[in-house]
Amino acid sequence: MALLQISEPGQSSAPHQHRLAVGIDLGTTNSLVASVRSGQATILLNDQGVGSIPSIVHYGEHEIKVGLEAKAHAVSDATNTVVSVKRFMGRTLKDIQASHKELPYNLSASENGLVTIETRNGVVNPIQVSSEILKPLVELAKSTLAGELDGVVITVPAYFDDAQRQGTKDAAELLGVKVFRLLNEPTAAAIAYGLDNDQEGIIAVYDLGGGTFDISILRLNKGVFEVLATGGDSALGGDDIDQIIADWIIEQSGYDGDHSPALQREIMQLACRAKESLSAQHNTELTLNLPCGNDWHGQLSREVFDSLIQPIVKRTLMACRRAVRDAEINTSDILKVVMVGGSTRVPLVRDKVGQYFEQQPLTSIDPDKVVAIGAAIQADILAGNKPDSDMLLLDVLPLSLGLETMGGLTEKVISRNTTIPVAKAQEFTTFKDGQTAMALHILQGERELVEDCRSLARFELRGIPPMAAGAAHIRVTFQVDADGLLSVSAMEKSSGVKTSIEVKPSFGLTDNEVANMIKDSMTYAKDDMQARMLAEEKVEASRVHEGLVSALLGDAHLLSGDEKSLIEQAMAQLANAQAGSDLKSIKDAIALCDKVSQDFAARRMDQSIRQALSGQSVDNI
Amino acid sequence: MNYFELFALTRSYVLDTNELRAKYLELQRAVHPDKFANASEQNRLLAVQQSARINDGFGMLKTPINRAEYLLLLAGIELAHEYQTIKDPTFLMEQMELREALEDIPTSSDPEQEIIDFQQQIDRHISEFEQQFVDLFAAGDQSSLNTAADNVRKLKFMLKLAAEARELEERLLGF
Repeated sequence: MALLQISEPGQSSAPHQHRLAVGIDLGTTNSLVASVRSGQATILLNDQGVGSIPSIVHYGEHEIKVGLEAKAHAVSDATNTVVSVKRFMGRTLKDIQASHKELPYNLSASENGLVTIETRNGVVNPIQVSSEILKPLVELAKSTLAGELDGVVITVPAYFDDAQRQGTKDAAELLGVKVFRLLNEPTAAAIAYGLDNDQEGIIAVYDLGGGTFDISILRLNKGVFEVLATGGDSALGGDDIDQIIADWIIEQSGYDGDHSPALQREIMQLACRAKESLSAQHNTELTLNLPCGNDWHGQLSREVFDSLIQPIVKRTLMACRRAVRDAEINTSDILKVVMVGGSTRVPLVRDKVGQYFEQQPLTSIDPDKVVAIGAAIQADILAGNKPDSDMLLLDVLPLSLGLETMGGLTEKVISRNTTIPVAKAQEFTTFKDGQTAMALHILQGERELVEDCRSLARFELRGIPPMAAGAAHIRVTFQVDADGLLSVSAMEKSSGVKTSIEVKPSFGLTDNEVANMIKDSMTYAKDDMQARMLAEEKVEASRVHEGLVSALLGDAHLLSGDEKSLIEQAMAQLANAQAGSDLKSIKDAIALCDKVSQDFAARRMDQSIRQALSGQSVDNI
Repeated sequence: MNYFELFALTRSYVLDTNELRAKYLELQRAVHPDKFANASEQNRLLAVQQSARINDGFGMLKTPINRAEYLLLLAGIELAHEYQTIKDPTFLMEQMELREALEDIPTSSDPEQEIIDFQQQIDRHISEFEQQFVDLFAAGDQSSLNTAADNVRKLKFMLKLAAEARELEERLLGF
């Protein structure tokens, strides 16, 4: 198909150049990176032969440590050791204080209220902490694959909202890494199992990880993964199991003294070990060193353990039930159940899930690795290394997007489970004479009241041409891309001029905060901002150039001679600018290329739409 | 290019949903942003827009009631966001009776059977309205089109009732 040439290298490079791409599972508890090598997706191992690193960052006196080295400080220096930061992503200080009562950190808030953590190295936000976790994984990928990465696929819980997705993407971009795609974790697991086995039918992915629970109902049909429904709980997982066991240990030990951060961590680690050993054994011995000097010894049986965690398992099954109903199917329609996440090793979880879905769940791929493996397969395809791949991944919006209306109510603009990408336009008018600005409050969630939904963004529309009240027609377009990220654009129609209206978000990070974050990021400490921006612009320039080379190669017939020479002139200018080191002239040259090739790009898109449907029959799809 | 043209389908209420779906997937394969992971910003944005348009078209043509509304829109009658109500007293009376019947089901002697019967009754009404819509729309003159639009409004009432009946069924069957 002609369109594929866009993503293939142009004349400048060899036709079968292999692009370097990896899949990253950025988990609440552990993170890992995988890549397709010699046709096989494998987890990349570090020099100690370890694939998975704990998602823990320690801000030490002299250096920042990540993973196992950081975990060593989790008890002794809890205040400066950030654990399970994924739960903080895209959340405000208020959210965190409401949902997590006993945290060993000194928390504060950013300008817009997002949670930040005060460490001895200064204040850091969850994006920066996540970026620290990604750094050794990206380094491992570069050294193992021996080269710069063309792009990565990062997995996120299907339930992640816009702020959480954006934060995850920002964390990678802080490292200068291109994110091909944010992939839903359950979808990644389905890719790991489904594609190679050539499955057809409806499957459920039950993902009980360290900090999140997701249930996804997917339809697999000849290489197409379609998400029928997602559900779950973004604050439920193995950590909660640990917490319940920890509470039980405290109760059993009879300890009622102070809970220092160190003691808390020790109890949590004891609880976690007990949970893990009960997956294989029926009984486990417990020993806790109490500050008063007395050790406590106890025993936990599988039966007691099962009864303690029963409420958690039940909550997950309730979410399964809802997802099955949202998908408008019955449990008997489900062909396979995929198990993801370390917590699915708990025998009670496997039993209850098996009972609910009336079948033996799939566990043949390591539930801790399955997501990264699926992400690696997707990354390989997106990189263009498998031009024959038929895979099409159709995702849905996990939570409805709405607008605040009068009286603190929300009006849905795009409903949950709508296939993305999606664009919806709404029209607004002014209510005062000469009004030039307007505020929009965007919410994400299913509830009717504004206060029950997540406030996603407040946008201010500025530069509306002054007119009589009600005369201006402002068309606001809400667009959600394939990653589930929202962008908003606006224009005024009635004046006949497509006035572009400035859309200014006032949520998430401020421009200043983003700039500071980039400045602070260790990778670029030596370079200056300018050098980094130049490097990134050059990469984009080569994308634009390569794209145009291959477009002209295949589709020059769509252009008149004049149009073609205009494009070629712009390309020459771009090549010139790219060879130099003036940021502005590269930007200008890209803008010129975009401008002169805009119609060409649209014509090619139309052509590929027509070609897609020509001469095809239902049977060969 | 309207959505029927986009999907290369005849402009008609009756359509083969398997064919629609097959074409939808084929179009998405051609323009989905994932095909443009390595492309320039401009091409990626274009892909997002086209892919969104195809998704919108699919949603519009896939569901019969949306398809009917869309056909009317193409014929110059816009039903979305309208405040026009149904003035047909016979229909409104019938609606009230059906609603009362639905409300009485939980306290009847055999609710599980009654809800199934009720749903079948609603389904029959829906098919009747659909058939009438097809005929009226085919006639194509302004007065027929206006009646067809009324038909779509009535269909919406019926679909709402069908959804409520489904909810009750779920409750009765212990979902």
